[in-house]
Amino acid sequence: MFETIAQQLLLGLTNGMVFALVALGYTMVYGILEFINFAHGDVFMLSAFFALTLVGAWGVPGLDGATLAGVLLAIVALTTVFGAGVNWSVDRLVYKPLRKAPKLAPLVSAIGVSFVLQNVGLVWGAAKMEVFGGGGQPAAPKSFPALLPTTNLLGGSSLTLQVKDVLVIAASLTVMAGLYVLVTRTKLGKAMRATAQDPQTARLMGIDVDAVIGATFLIGGGLAGFAAVVYALYINTVYYQMGYQNGLYAFTAAVVGGIGNIPGAVLGGLLLGLVRALSDQFIGAQWQPAVLFGILILILVFRPAGLLGSTAREKV
Amino acid sequence: MTVAGSWRKWLSLEAGLLLFAVLYPLVPFVDLAADAADLSVHLDQRLVTIFIYGLLVVALNVQVGYAGLLQLGVAAFFGIGAMTTGVVTVDKYPFHFGFWGALLAAPAVAALAGLFIGAPTLRLRGDYLAIVTLGFGEVLRTVLVNLESITDGPRGLNPVAEVWVPGFVRELAGAGDDNEARLLVMYYVALLLLVAAVVLLHVLERTRIGRAFVALREDELAAACMGLDPGRIKLAAFAGGAALAGLAGALYATNLTTTADPTNYDFNNAIMVLCCLILGGLGSLRGALLGAALLIGFDNVLSPLLDKAIAALAGDAQHPLAKYSAWRWFVFGSALIAMMRYRPEGLFPARRVAQELHEPPAGSTAAVEPS
Repeated sequence: MFETIAQQLLLGLTNGMVFALVALGYTMVYGILEFINFAHGDVFMLSAFFALTLVGAWGVPGLDGATLAGVLLAIVALTTVFGAGVNWSVDRLVYKPLRKAPKLAPLVSAIGVSFVLQNVGLVWGAAKMEVFGGGGQPAAPKSFPALLPTTNLLGGSSLTLQVKDVLVIAASLTVMAGLYVLVTRTKLGKAMRATAQDPQTARLMGIDVDAVIGATFLIGGGLAGFAAVVYALYINTVYYQMGYQNGLYAFTAAVVGGIGNIPGAVLGGLLLGLVRALSDQFIGAQWQPAVLFGILILILVFRPAGLLGSTAREKV
Repeated sequence: MTVAGSWRKWLSLEAGLLLFAVLYPLVPFVDLAADAADLSVHLDQRLVTIFIYGLLVVALNVQVGYAGLLQLGVAAFFGIGAMTTGVVTVDKYPFHFGFWGALLAAPAVAALAGLFIGAPTLRLRGDYLAIVTLGFGEVLRTVLVNLESITDGPRGLNPVAEVWVPGFVRELAGAGDDNEARLLVMYYVALLLLVAAVVLLHVLERTRIGRAFVALREDELAAACMGLDPGRIKLAAFAGGAALAGLAGALYATNLTTTADPTNYDFNNAIMVLCCLILGGLGSLRGALLGAALLIGFDNVLSPLLDKAIAALAGDAQHPLAKYSAWRWFVFGSALIAMMRYRPEGLFPARRVAQELHEPPAGSTAAVEPS
């Protein structure tokens, strides 16, 4: 019993890292624009497809040793850039013209973008590559090769702690630490915090609010791209609808932590990962959406500000 | 504007469409032509689907259009109506209410569900409400799929009570052709309920409560200052819309004679209904109806023909993406984006909504001022 729980907690922790990375993108955008970027999960999904394409194009499964490590790093870097680019472009093309519009407009547009990106994923799934199964069945889940070492670090114990767990957790923590430094210690971070607090005053203080919003979408998309590679390497399956559900879970994580609150997104992501792992084990995986969305509803009803957020009133 | 004056506007396009809908089953010329061309269109059956979705879009219009409550879970109330119809009519359960009983029970249960989910959540800020209703829809779908012993899973509860067929229609359709008679009655029942709902809502728009919905949408603070109780009015709009969606669900299940696979009541369906409403025009009854007719008509009547034509052209060498259904969400998504960008008030807008969407009150919603 104890071992089962410990094993599930470990799994939940790793999953929670991915949720946290995606949740950061939701929370940062919401913090500044008060806008739920519905399509964020689909940027995550497209990034996973991009990474799989690179894996196929470079013949990665045949590599090993230092070459493999180097190529993997390159894939992580390029996919991060890809996610950032997609997110930024969507903002410029679709959301930016709607900044003055009533709130309904960007929200509905984001739902539209989400469907368009899902359709792009479906079409991408028909790519005539071996890693995409030849492209004959665009909607079918594609298997992402298991490239990370799975050696059990706990040797003889019946508990497994694989090298890939440690790699995923360490890499995610590094990225989060980097984000923390960026937001708290740099000039851009200061501008972002100021804009989140009060865009008009920030503008009066000479901050280029448009550039800050662009940077926020870049960073959020980059985090989603990074998370996509981590997820794909860890779960080993990608499919065109993975962004919808994971995105909503990550959004739930952001709400649980207190939307707009950066440490809150990380806390919420980890908590949600743990809850998901335990509920899959003890309630059953088929009930997963009911459990997680049930939590979302309860949090929004009883503590809409989340665990770390301060009570925010709707701007009237 | 007087009530009579407001009706005059309707006489043009709507009267023509209504006349077409009423007369079509008597002279199903499209189907006759299609049969002659060896195509299966079944416009009479597709029209029933359009009527049912029309009811659903009108229901969503009460919540999103009139009262400005963006909810993404309309498919859940649709599903609740369908499931209620199943539970109160199939042999498996002891109720056996029959068709008319289901028509009453389904909206009642859906309205209760609306009160249950609305009461704690309607005070939330707008975008949170969207997420809560989305979450509610997902929870409901998961529950329906998993409680197979109660819902019969993907097969759905069946057979649902058939629509009540009066004797003279049975005779009219000819002895032994019960199916034909059932389809004909289903057609007119759906049309009649849709027309009744539209007339009711048209009147509602001009009553105290209807005006209160709109006042709340336009400026909640000002409405509250004028003595309206935002909580109760929002709840009324939410429950009323839910009841209509439940009625649509009852018709849907009756038409299919099963409650169908619960995945029919998922988020994609909710978005489809929202798409119809936004395309037609938020807050506008004629917009809601024409939006449903255009979009559901395109999706249900034209796109299967399109797919068939492409398949005939491509033959055996058909690429998996060479069909409309592979691009369906691209079309819907782009439509939402384009509408929001260029014509947020929809194709057949309500005048007041158009004004609101083009001139937001100062400092209302946009966190960032134009640069």
